[in-house]
Parts: sequence; C-alpha cells; structure tokens
Amino acid sequence: MFEQLTERFGAVFKKLRSRGKLHPKQVDAALADIRAALLAADVAVEVADTFLERVRVRAVGEEVMRSITPGQKVVKIVSEELTETLGGTHRPFRLPSADPAVVMMAGLQGSGKTTACAKLALHLREKGRRPLLAAADLQRPAAVDQLFALGEEIDVPVVSEGRDAVKVAKAAVKRASRDGRDVLIVDTAGRLHVDPEMMREAGRVRAATKPHHVLMAVDATVGQDAVRQARAFMDEVDLTGFVITKLDGDARGGAALSVTQVTGRPVFFAGVGEKPGDLEPFHPDRMASRILGMGDVLTLVEKAEKTMDQEESAKAAERMMRDRFTLEDFLSQLREVRKLGPLQDLLGMLPGGAELASSVEVDERQVGRAEAIISSMTLEERRNPAIISGSRRARIASGSGTSVGDVNALLKQFDEARKMMKRLTGGRLPKLPGMPRIPGT
Amino acid sequence: MPSGVGLELILVFVLLALLAGAVVIGRGLRERPGPAEPRRRRGGIADRVRKLVGKERLSDEDWRWLEEGLVRVDAGARAAAEVVTRARERYEPGQDPRGVLAEEIAGIFDGDPGLALPDGLGIVLVVGVNGSGKTTTIGKLAHRLAGDGRSVAVANSDTFRAAAGEQVAEWARRAGADLVAQERGADPGAVAFDAVEAARARGRDALIVDTAGRLHSKQPLMDELAKVKRVLEKAAGRAPDEVLLVIDATTGQNGLAQARAFAEAVGVTGVVLTKMDGTARGGIVLSVREDLGLPVKFVATGEKLEDLHPFDPRSFADALVRG
Repeated sequence: MFEQLTERFGAVFKKLRSRGKLHPKQVDAALADIRAALLAADVAVEVADTFLERVRVRAVGEEVMRSITPGQKVVKIVSEELTETLGGTHRPFRLPSADPAVVMMAGLQGSGKTTACAKLALHLREKGRRPLLAAADLQRPAAVDQLFALGEEIDVPVVSEGRDAVKVAKAAVKRASRDGRDVLIVDTAGRLHVDPEMMREAGRVRAATKPHHVLMAVDATVGQDAVRQARAFMDEVDLTGFVITKLDGDARGGAALSVTQVTGRPVFFAGVGEKPGDLEPFHPDRMASRILGMGDVLTLVEKAEKTMDQEESAKAAERMMRDRFTLEDFLSQLREVRKLGPLQDLLGMLPGGAELASSVEVDERQVGRAEAIISSMTLEERRNPAIISGSRRARIASGSGTSVGDVNALLKQFDEARKMMKRLTGGRLPKLPGMPRIPGT
Repeated sequence: MPSGVGLELILVFVLLALLAGAVVIGRGLRERPGPAEPRRRRGGIADRVRKLVGKERLSDEDWRWLEEGLVRVDAGARAAAEVVTRARERYEPGQDPRGVLAEEIAGIFDGDPGLALPDGLGIVLVVGVNGSGKTTTIGKLAHRLAGDGRSVAVANSDTFRAAAGEQVAEWARRAGADLVAQERGADPGAVAFDAVEAARARGRDALIVDTAGRLHSKQPLMDELAKVKRVLEKAAGRAPDEVLLVIDATTGQNGLAQARAFAEAVGVTGVVLTKMDGTARGGIVLSVREDLGLPVKFVATGEKLEDLHPFDPRSFADALVRG
C-alpha cells in the first residue's frame, strides 16, 4: 500500500520537475494524484479538497508559470502548504504561572488520554513545574488505578476524591493549590462525541476547573472520522489544542492535518512510544514530510545531485542490487556520502529518521575508523573479503590504528549489511520512498 | 538500536539504497501512463442522492461520487473502486445504485464463518493495537459465551499496561467469568500457559486470553505475541480455536497494515469491529476482507455487557453506503 503511495508521489514530483513549462491542466493532473495520496494517508476528504484548492491557486499563479523550473515550485508549494495547514511553525506549549495552571485532557475511548496525561506530567516536571494528576475517568474500569500506577512510575502525585468527574476535578484544584502544585492535569473519561450526556459532563468539568488548556488526544491511526470527533469536542469544550498519540507506529497521521484544519487549533505534542518519556513537541514540517511519505528525502536527493559523482553512484547502486557490492565500492561511496554532510543530519532526513536522529547519537569517528580499516586493505582484500585471514586482520588493524576486534566487527557488519541490501532490493526495483530521478542517469 | 560501527554502516547503506532507488525508480517511471483528471464535488449530498435514484443512466461522475462516499467512510480508495466497478456491471437503469452497491459489499462477506468453538475447552486469543477495545470486548464476549451456556475463564496476559489486570478483573466479574492473572511484569506466555492448565483443571469450556495492546510495527512485541500463541498451542495441544483481531471502527487506512501484521504473526481467524456506536462506519474492514480474506465476526457498540453483536453484512453495508 505505502509503496504504491510513495511511487505515486515520486511519479508526480518527477513529472512536475521534468517540465520546462507547466500547463494548468498538468497541474490539475498532478493535484489529482496528490489528492489520492492524501486520502491514503487518512486526511479527511473535505480537508484534502480545501488544501488542494489553495495549492492550485498558488500553482497556476503567475509566479510559478513564469518560473524556469515550474515543477520544482509546485512541489515546494505542496510541502509548504501542508506545513502551513498543520499549523505552520512549531508552537510551544505554554502555561501561565497560576496556582495551579489547569490542563484538561479529553478524547474518545482508547485514544490514549491517560498515557498522554502521565507523559505530559513528566514533560512539565522536567521543565521545572510541580504537576499533580487528577483521575476523573470514573467510567472505564481501573482507569483510576492506571493513572495511580503511572503516577507512581514517574513520581508525580495523583488524586481522585469524589463520586463524579466534576467533584474529582474540583477537589483536585483545591488540593493542588493547598499542596503548592503549580500544574494540575485532569484525565477525563473517554467519550464518543455522539453521546450527549457524556459530552455535557465534559463541559461541566471544564466549567468547574476553568482550564488554561483543554487538549484532545487523537489517535494517529484515526481515519475520516477525525473531523467529526474534533468538531464535536471543539463545540462542547472549546479545545486549545491536540495531542496526537501512537505516532510511533507506521500510521501516516493524516488525522493531525484534519483536526488542525477544522478547528484552527494546533497540535502541541505527539506521543511516540510506550514509555512515559515518549512525548515530543509537535513539528508541522516533520509531519508534512511524514504525510507525504518523503522523510526529507527530496532535500537529500537534491544534495546528492549536487555533490556526489553520479556516474560512480549509479554504477555502485547497480552492483549493490546484483550483490556484487564490494568493500572497494563501499569505501568510494562512503566518501561520497560523507560529502553530503554530517551523518546525524542525513539520518534526520530519512523517512522515519527524524525520530531516530533525536534519540541516537551518530559517532562520526566510527565512520572514520571504518574508512581507515578499509583503506588499510589491499585491493584484492577489498574485492574478496573471504581471503582476509587472521594474520591479514592483524596487519590491517595495525595499519589503521584499530584493533583486530574492530576489523572483525567491520567485516561482520559489512556482510550483514550486504545481506540486508539483497533482501531490501530483492535484486529488483527497491521498495523505497519515491523520489525524483537523478538527472543524467 | 545497534550502537557503534553498526549504526553508521547501516546508515550509509540505507543512504546508498535510497540513491539507488532514485536511479531505478526514475527510470521505471518514465513509461508510466498519466494520472486521471482531478475529481470535484458539486451540490449537496441529499440533492445528489435524489437525482441518482430512478435515473435512466448514471454518469461516470455519479459513480465517482458513490465511490468517494465509500472513501469517506474509510473503505480505502482501492477497495472502493473495486466494489463500485462490480456494482456498476450489475446495475440496471431505474435501480437505486446505493442498494446495488450495498448488495455488492454485503456479498463480499457472504458465507463467512461466525465464531466457532469446539466442545470441551475452546480457546480464544484476543489481539490488537493499543486502545482498540480488546479488554472491553473480552468482557462482552465472556458474557455472550456464558449466555450460550458455557463456563468461561478469562486470562489476563496484558502484564505490561498499568492497571490492565484490574480492568480485566472487573469485566470478568461483571460477566461472571473466572480470572487467571499474574502480577504486572510477569511473562505473558507463562500466564497463558497457566491459564490453559487452570481452565482445564476447573472444567471450563471456554478460555479467553487478553493480550497487551501493541503497535503492529514493533517487531519485538509482535514476536512476543507469536510466542504467547505458541505457548497456548503447547499447553492445549492445538492452535487457539479463534484468534480475534480487535479493530477500532474509527481506524483509517492504517487498519490494513495492522491486520496484515497481526495475521502474519498469529494467524488471525476473524475481526471484531469496535466503537460502532459513534459516527465512524468501520469501512476499513472492507479492505481487510478484500485484501486479506479476514472475516468480521462481531461488532461492538457500547459499554454494556450486551453490546456485542454477530456481524451482519447487510446492515453494515447499508450504513456504509449511506455514510
């Protein structure tokens, strides 16, 4: 499914870029394909259509039509408008220094409210606040127990005093102010937006606590229903923003686009894992890339076009797919890739790499070491690593200033990586995020 | 994530693969046919429907509009296009095209099996992503099986989520079922094994095993789930009689990826579609049935014990085409 989707984007973008001049009809055709891709990413139909209309207006505008590279411009407009629709620039979550500042969490059953509350509490505590959690979900069996358990895990106190949600919330406000807690996070019961009684209850909790923020937890896997849910909660409790949950899966998260668009409220956070620390401030530009399935591959490929020796790269790629990739090729490609910039940055541009880049420290010295090891091999050894015996390993190690263990590790990993590549490409067209071709290949 | 040399090497390889991909994809795409014209909607929905019924001939645009209606209930573009194509072949002027479409959709589920448990100890494994409604479904299913005269045991092998045990315990109590559970952090496989032994020792004739919610894209968690299934197999001497995948009706296109991954890991036998009491219509199960052949066995509609119903293709299809 995703292969089709990304291939489709690749096709659209390639087509656009290859044109010297663009006819409005060609723009329309491209937009039709982009629409299909957006729907496959679960962007609501109405939101996709509004979005595309905006892109269209800009894309057939004079600025684009007169440009020397109109296709390039359209691609840029799509990604800019998408980022804009998602809230534009990153909006930090701010709370006043009240006594206490109140945050209310609402959403449907199973959207991840309780977990989001605990994550938010931890996040705020790390920012130097003193949070208190209130368990006001008295509907779901054991929801209160769950929040107490989570509170204990992250060392944030939890209260739940009273027979109904409004009383629990009110008591919690008093308690927070008495105990010198400067943020109160109120977890409420999951409710369907079509349940009038429960929706009114949410309204009453809001009225009783006068929250500074009312957040709605929205599951990243939600489909077309997202707009109906967001509108209903917006009407009843006047949301200030959203937390997109379960974004650590492979969902494209089109719901994030939909809810921001129909309510005009930003997404503040994204839940990206099961641990309490797995909450990230939301970045519209990254989300846009994700919805488009591009990572930031476009930028990456553009960089590659500019800096890498394309003839060589194409040859190496062919060999790689035929499983003829040698350490010699690897060394030359390693040098080419390093011209592109720090690996840490490159990692962040890969599809799904942004999250990885923020959690993993890439050690450039390791790459330097790998380069040194291969450089210390003879040409014969690079082409046929099987001949590298124990004595050769010792020689290579001393030649490169590393240990035999390092040489062993490199050879082993090269072998594994090669196998992985073979699996990935299957000797055929790689199932990789779509992207424009490299000119001149 | 591997550290040290491994990560960097792999990273470089991924980069190379990407660039190789750019080269090859760029070549492959040159011969592709052009995309279709963009679609535009006009007029209100009610207006549109009135015009469709009793119409002598339906235009391409009319059919596209019907197709898009299915996309709006999460059926997925491909599945929507396929059923509309089939409906279009059968359609005769003067018919209500939505009726024909609904028949076509319902027909996909024709002859699908319902829940089938053998005599003696029948074992049901329940799986799904976080928050899909597994535990609530288990409470309702226990109640339903008890209503059929079975004595039911429920095992909580969700030893990960805080207070999951308490939640299952409450549902088991409500449904009048036995509970087999262990402490949080216990090995889920061990819980499953004990559960089979305990259910057998107590002479129960149904055992429902709850599992921790997990995102289908997390391989170690999926491996753990496969292990739970293997342990059940070992303890019972045969595979679980049913492996039910719980899918939230509000789920979009990701539902297909979920179903595929769970089917691969534990051989899902059927789907339970939950939260059907909201505005979502659960169209994703259409794709799941078409692509993976997984039948829908139950539909859940509320928070009461009785709110679990055998799947009725016709009423599902009607709701789908009516949005």
